[in-house]
Amino acid sequence: MSGVTTVVLAGVGGQGTILAGDVLAKVAMADGHDVRLSEVHGMAQRGGSVITFVRFGDEVHAPVVDPGTADHLIAFEMIEAARQLPLLKRDGRLVVNQRVVLPLPVLVGAARVPDDLEAALAREGAIFVDAEALACEAGSSKSANIVLLGAASAGLPLSEESWAEVIASRVPPATVEANLRAFELGRAACLKGACR
Amino acid sequence: MARTLFSGNEAVARGAWEAGVAVGVGYPGTPSTEVLENLVRYEGVRCEWAPNEKVAAEVAAGVSLAGGRVIVTMKHVGLNVAADPLFTLAYTGVGGGYVLFVADDPGMHSSQNEQDSRRYAVAAKVPMLEPADPAEALAMTRAAFEISEEFDVPVLVRSTTRVSHSKGVVEVDGARAQVQPQPYIKDPAKWVMVPANARRRRIDLEERLVRLAEHAELSGLNRVELRDRSLGVIVDGAAYRAVREALPDASVLKIGMVHPFPRDLVRAFAAEVESVAVVEELGPFVRDLVVQAGVAVREVPLPAWGEVTPAVVRAAFGVLPLEVRKVREGVPERPPLMCPGCPHRGVFWALKRTKAVVTGDIGCYTLGAAPPLAAMDSCICMGASVGMAHGASLVERERPVIGVIGDSTFAHSGITGLVHMAYNGSHGTIVVLDNRTTAMTGHQGNPISGVTLSGEHTSELDLEALARACGAGWVRTVDPFDLATTLAALKEAIAAPTLAVLIAKAPCALLEKRVKDPVAVDDDVCTACGSCIQLGCPAISKADSGNAQIDVTICVGCGQCEQVCRFGAIVPAGPACDLGGSAR
Repeated sequence: MSGVTTVVLAGVGGQGTILAGDVLAKVAMADGHDVRLSEVHGMAQRGGSVITFVRFGDEVHAPVVDPGTADHLIAFEMIEAARQLPLLKRDGRLVVNQRVVLPLPVLVGAARVPDDLEAALAREGAIFVDAEALACEAGSSKSANIVLLGAASAGLPLSEESWAEVIASRVPPATVEANLRAFELGRAACLKGACR
Repeated sequence: MARTLFSGNEAVARGAWEAGVAVGVGYPGTPSTEVLENLVRYEGVRCEWAPNEKVAAEVAAGVSLAGGRVIVTMKHVGLNVAADPLFTLAYTGVGGGYVLFVADDPGMHSSQNEQDSRRYAVAAKVPMLEPADPAEALAMTRAAFEISEEFDVPVLVRSTTRVSHSKGVVEVDGARAQVQPQPYIKDPAKWVMVPANARRRRIDLEERLVRLAEHAELSGLNRVELRDRSLGVIVDGAAYRAVREALPDASVLKIGMVHPFPRDLVRAFAAEVESVAVVEELGPFVRDLVVQAGVAVREVPLPAWGEVTPAVVRAAFGVLPLEVRKVREGVPERPPLMCPGCPHRGVFWALKRTKAVVTGDIGCYTLGAAPPLAAMDSCICMGASVGMAHGASLVERERPVIGVIGDSTFAHSGITGLVHMAYNGSHGTIVVLDNRTTAMTGHQGNPISGVTLSGEHTSELDLEALARACGAGWVRTVDPFDLATTLAALKEAIAAPTLAVLIAKAPCALLEKRVKDPVAVDDDVCTACGSCIQLGCPAISKADSGNAQIDVTICVGCGQCEQVCRFGAIVPAGPACDLGGSAR
């Protein structure tokens, strides 16, 4: 469908993907778009894979994302980036937090993380962000999700004012400044090409 | 006019509030839970969690009898529990409008089965509305109250995960309807379903269904959208959005009221298009009704399970698949797991050591079935662990049998199982995992935790006294973080020559967020035996050396791993930041 932007946020329960998806959807709405967001939770909050779909444009129908249709994949760690890669279009934008959260089968020695995971993602055109480091620089280790939104925003057709407004209204009052800085650091890193 | 981003469940709550609902009542269950959690925030509505869906449906019946509008909420499996009152409420009809909101879960994102509540509407002979998105969820919830009162019948509103847990732009401008409770009128012929009265109401019900069928044809809840006439698709619920996405040019008959089924409208639509196909989730339900209406259906290969996504529609209609990138081979699975500091972990560790057959139940602790703990052998439905433990113990001679059930689930339908065990002379063992909340669905209060839906503290069910009153001769409460005591108590419970109830009581790790200093592995002492890894704690893993290692950023210092290490290799590590934050 023309005129619709499709974003996938993929992470692990507890990483703040659901809040990030909500912020993105509200920014799109503030910019006057029709928006649909879909998330699956329930089991997900117990450390399982979490995936949120956000689609916006003139008229959006399905709240789910088919393989090969996402314009943007924002991955909160590298294993989930690899897992959700089939959703991304061939020329889609892949923003990846450069870290790994080990799943239980790996923790107990029943599975391994592929050695070349980072290289494989790099070959797929990943834009890497060290979200935790930038979040700490911004003043709150918990704002890594907003750093990633900042990095993704550099490639999204949404207005800067709406981002700031929605983030300020959506995060805990005491953390507004840190989160706005986190967003700016993420965005600046990608605009300057410092995301690698 | 206010535009807002609403989930389907937020929209249902808003619709009920706008309809002037007096009371909301239900039992939490993903994906239905947020309806009441949002409704309780509105002024002028009383909202309650019930111990189970049957009670909720009966409380709602009382509200309706007394003239108030009421919404009762549950997930699909809960409708099984509420089916008993619902089927007879179809006979009595209503006083104030009675809307039962049920959320199905095609694809089983968080459910033990994939059932189709549309068939309940037919079986109970009550109307069912099916919104496709949040905006319709608001409008149809309002409409459901009107239909309920106009036709004197309870109305089902059926959602699915992708309606309840998706968000869309909703225009919110409706004021709250000023609905005064109707005066109570004593009318036993309507409300007392003894056979003589029920036989008359049975005939009335058929007459109501005829009038409802006329309403279905004309109400606008079902909508014809004519575009390219070579293909006409008949579609209900969330599948409508998938069809519009995948087949944007197709003509569509969108079914919003699926029962009674609009047969004339289907026939009229079929006459306008060259061929008719049906797209639905968990079918064939609509398809069979369309065929019964005498319309030839072009068969398309839709699966009888799972969600209908645009990709499923594309595949069924032979639209070329899109190019897809390959996932990196060998990417490890990421199953859900018990949180760091979960009090249930220690109980399952102890259960594993009893070599018992463990019948389980629905909740976070169902994760005790997963490796490495793998200490739970069954999970069927709410409350089943208790009855199954008794049944299994009647046959199993080699191993002890233990039923394991959470606090909310025990209140839901475990108590009656325990009554059965005592009545029938069982010497079995039931473990109640009392983590002070209904954790799986997002921390709702329950009769055992003593917190209401409004967040108020109320009477707490005394589990020990209840167990004794039911007839258990051995009752004890333990702290599941004390592993040795928990294991010893379990062994004693198994050996007791009476029905035994062990209560493992400690708050959910996410409820209190008690974070103590993390622990670390002393590499010189660790023998790489792997005992601590068998706890399945997300903070503990095997280092390249073979020794255990603990991620101090995840560890909450619950102390369970220190207790399972026979060599004293797990030691206090001091505050996490002194260790460099992410140091392992």
